[in-house]
Amino acid sequence: MKRYTIFVITENFIGILNRITIIFTRRGINIDALTASESRVPGVHRITIEVTVNEETVIQLVNQIEKVIDVIKAFYHEDTGVVYQELALYKLPVSRLDGGLEKIIRDHHAKIIAAEPDFVVLELTGHKEKTRELLEILKGYGILEFARSGRVAVAKRMLTIDSFVN
Amino acid sequence: MDKNLRGADMVVRSLIAEQADLIFGYPGGAIMPVYDALYDYHDQIKHVLTRHEQGAIHAAQGYARVSGKVGVCLATSGPGATNLITGLADALIDSTPLVCITGQVAAHLLGSDAFQETDMVGISMPGTKWNIQVRRVEDIAPAIAKGFYIARSGRPGPVLIDITKNAQVDFGTFRYEPCLGFRSYKTHHPVDPISVHQAATLIDKAERPYLLFGQGVILGQAEAALKQFLDKSGIPAASTLLGSGALPQDHSNFVGKLGMHGNYAPNLLTNQCDVLIAVGMRFDDRVTGDLSRYAKQAKVIHLELDPSEINKNVKATVAIQGDCKESLTLLTEAISPKIHDTWMANFRSLEKQEKEAVVNLDLTPTKPGLTMGEVIHHINKYKADDAVLVTDVGQHQMIAWRYFNYKKPRTQITSGGLGTMGFALPAALGAQLHDYSRQVICVVGDGGIQMTIQELGTIKQTKAPVKIVLLNNNYLGMVRQWQQMFFDKRYSFTELDNPDFVKLSEAYGIKAQKVSERADLKEAIEDMLIYDGPFFLEVVVEKEDNVFPMIATGSSVEEVRLR
Repeated sequence: MKRYTIFVITENFIGILNRITIIFTRRGINIDALTASESRVPGVHRITIEVTVNEETVIQLVNQIEKVIDVIKAFYHEDTGVVYQELALYKLPVSRLDGGLEKIIRDHHAKIIAAEPDFVVLELTGHKEKTRELLEILKGYGILEFARSGRVAVAKRMLTIDSFVN
Repeated sequence: MDKNLRGADMVVRSLIAEQADLIFGYPGGAIMPVYDALYDYHDQIKHVLTRHEQGAIHAAQGYARVSGKVGVCLATSGPGATNLITGLADALIDSTPLVCITGQVAAHLLGSDAFQETDMVGISMPGTKWNIQVRRVEDIAPAIAKGFYIARSGRPGPVLIDITKNAQVDFGTFRYEPCLGFRSYKTHHPVDPISVHQAATLIDKAERPYLLFGQGVILGQAEAALKQFLDKSGIPAASTLLGSGALPQDHSNFVGKLGMHGNYAPNLLTNQCDVLIAVGMRFDDRVTGDLSRYAKQAKVIHLELDPSEINKNVKATVAIQGDCKESLTLLTEAISPKIHDTWMANFRSLEKQEKEAVVNLDLTPTKPGLTMGEVIHHINKYKADDAVLVTDVGQHQMIAWRYFNYKKPRTQITSGGLGTMGFALPAALGAQLHDYSRQVICVVGDGGIQMTIQELGTIKQTKAPVKIVLLNNNYLGMVRQWQQMFFDKRYSFTELDNPDFVKLSEAYGIKAQKVSERADLKEAIEDMLIYDGPFFLEVVVEKEDNVFPMIATGSSVEEVRLR
């Protein structure tokens, strides 16, 4: 089992995400993370799916995804084939803040993006290992909420979306 | 172009534009405007009212399978639509082109649990090739055009179009433009000449090459290309369940049928060939048995249109993706002519073993009870060359398939992938309504026929001259066989206390006869086949007969048993 990033280029069609996720459901495969948004081509969407399976399975998943009528193209990469980033937000109660937080923020290159009378929100971008490390430290500050995005990724391979949508 | 047309009329006009001359359906609240429109176009499009929506979709499947055209069915929202689900799943797994149009509650009621509202797009998603909800009148014609294109092109499949009631009653401008393709869906994949060359090299070097063909040959209209390839290559060829009919069974290269209840030699010798050529088939588990012991010794050449089928179950040494008519033609050009007499003799000698151990006992039995096999044997004697055999699911299906003499493509209609009991009667109706003059023989069991027996009413009303042959053993025979073989004869809920089928048929106004004695069988079949109109023949067969050969679940093809 390995971690793979699947890219899916689709038409902006109602229900397309459902059609894609049921391919995973059917085989009893858990999606580790999923991100969907419009690509740089208007009307064309890009879905990034992170999944931990063996290579034979990821090939079949990609083939079946590509078979979905409104999917323009689907392909998969190993972690080494993509440049990716994730974003995490940490909500901390003001009541627990102390002088140690400044060093933590500096060491992790995190930033404060909101400060309210009751709480502050820190933001950190980075791979899962890094955002998880900060989470462990911030648990000592009585963390109120934590949210992490799915993977936003680009392939290292020199292929552009235009070669599929035209 | 029509400037002011009602949505419901657009639906019907779009169907007419797609040459749908015969459709099947059942009316109800949310589809009533379309039914109202049908009233005006009855001279251009014929609608058949079935007795259940499942009957409508199986009839549309039967129509599509026999004609090669897109089958169409109509249903209302909610329960009408959900009754289509089995047929959709069946058509998807058996690659049958369908367009199903369902009514839906008005757009402003969507999501509110309105009367007869079901999330039909959501429910049908895993069972359709494509589906869409249409909520605006202007989207009706483009959706239907796209639906037909998707259903019939590439690897065919079912499409569902869910149309809200407001879209059916609103007015708009109608101009029908057929769909000719769109960017996310490529139907043609040029055959790669390098893989053709690699495959030809393997075939030329092969000493024991073996070809398996499936329904892809029929869907791709590659029957002649297959025959030419076999004639030149001299390679023995076996068919899958749905591939039957793609090659006439009297062709000298034809060695029989594959799978759990297929023939002895074709299964056994799969594990002795050195090159295995699979054409338009998908290595279903009922064909392969235990995959880890399937054709491991062979180099595999897979000719397949659908890329997701390549390397799915069996790894291909050489995959030729694309239309099999094209790839078979190129492959035939690339290979050298050969004969494989010694290898072919292996098939023939095992065929002889099967004949002695199984076939003779099935076709010309000496024990008192009638066998399913002898019924099919008599049908073969009197049937037309292009007779269509429609079967349900179970022992009778396997026996009928094993012994029916297939001579033409599109004469085999059965539920292969899904194994849907209740499929045969409505599918036979659909096949018959495509052509009243064609001989359509529907072979069913006493379990399956009762799942959709209400369609006798549709047969009565349409006067479709279907010949129904009920092989009655008062059991769910295939399940009983498994209980006998694998569950210690614990016959748990497989025995049936059946109605008087003859009286039942007669109540529907269908001529019926019952045969229990061997002496009456031959004449009864002859009478049935020449009868002008629908006919119901019940044959009481041996209660506890089993279908052999058999590859038990989890066994290897080489463990195929004759007893």
